[in-house]
Amino acid sequence: MSNSRTLEILVGLFVSLGALALLILAFNVSNMQSFGSGSHYTINASFSNASGLKTRSAVTIAGVTIGRVVDIVVDPESFEAVVTMSIDKRFDEIPVDSDAGIYTAGLLGEKYIGISPGGAPDLLEEGSEIRLTQSSIVLEKLISQFLFSQSKEG
Amino acid sequence: MFNWFAQIGHISISFFSRLGKEVILFFQTTACFADLLSRPGLIIQQIFSVGVRSMLIIIVSGFFVGMVLGLQGYNTLVDFGAEESLGVVVALSLVRELGPVVTALLYAGRAGSALTAEIGLMKATEQLSGLEMMAVNPVERILAPRLLAGIISMPLLAAMFSAVGVFGGYLIGVEMLGVDSGSYWSQMQAKVDYHQDVLNGVIKSVVFGIVVTWIAVYEGYSCTPTSEGVSSATTRTVVNSALIVLGLDFLLTALML
Repeated sequence: MSNSRTLEILVGLFVSLGALALLILAFNVSNMQSFGSGSHYTINASFSNASGLKTRSAVTIAGVTIGRVVDIVVDPESFEAVVTMSIDKRFDEIPVDSDAGIYTAGLLGEKYIGISPGGAPDLLEEGSEIRLTQSSIVLEKLISQFLFSQSKEG
Repeated sequence: MFNWFAQIGHISISFFSRLGKEVILFFQTTACFADLLSRPGLIIQQIFSVGVRSMLIIIVSGFFVGMVLGLQGYNTLVDFGAEESLGVVVALSLVRELGPVVTALLYAGRAGSALTAEIGLMKATEQLSGLEMMAVNPVERILAPRLLAGIISMPLLAAMFSAVGVFGGYLIGVEMLGVDSGSYWSQMQAKVDYHQDVLNGVIKSVVFGIVVTWIAVYEGYSCTPTSEGVSSATTRTVVNSALIVLGLDFLLTALML
């Protein structure tokens, strides 16, 4: 009797340790609590250049992540990059005249989308589009512009 | 000339009949799982022998693998001034790859070989035939609880391996080499995704658990019932599990990435 009891205790300990490890992986190692399952809505934005942006890149307002990029495709007519973003339902009061820009975290870091809220009374909802956009800055272009302007002066 | 064709035919027929037997036995075993739930004692005993007893080796190796990742990752990243990303490197390599794979390899060596030897010896000493004589189905009484216990234990062991490894990397990176503790965790949490990375690793470890335990159980059940047969079946278990785990890992990674 006592033998099978210790067996049960040890197995219970094993299973709970395994579950604890899974919980650590879920909450401490990955970002489940900050951006987990929850409900979302998607919005679009067209950029003339979305270089460096990837699916799962962050979408932020005031530097706080509120969603992720879920899809990037080229519009076959305008040749603009149409970026689909999935935004957390908690942030559903973004005005329609907000503008979205592609920024870089640090000088060479990851690209992310920053949304600056506008002031219109209408709000963005499922499937709506952000019209005011600012494309990503391509570092090579900036450098070449700088170099050419330097060489003209000198 | 005809002998040559006959040989090819013989080889293929025996290969497919072995495969067929194995698949049929696998489904017979899984079909017993439902009945098994009414006798949890059997499963608990097997979880003890395959899971609890493998825990020490898994935790110790996880800790060392994590520490090695911490050292190696730091030495490479510091050249780029990116040592703050150490947490990402350690966590992603453990959760996605090393956790499930190394756990499966250690599990095959620690628990798989024991399973094969145990069942093989049962067969050699005619305990399996004895069970059948008493109208006890050895598939239900011997194979099913062991397979189920393996499937339950593997993901838990792999999760422990990864979790302990992350702390090992923390110990080396933060406590010894001076990476900032806040950025170790925050970069890790920013880059490791629950669905893409953690669940991915869990799926892998469940698949490895099924495969390794099944190979061990089947090799034991189908071995030649002599001492030599048991020993070669045990060797086959470890070698085949290692090969299949590594091959499957590539396949699963390619599928889920």
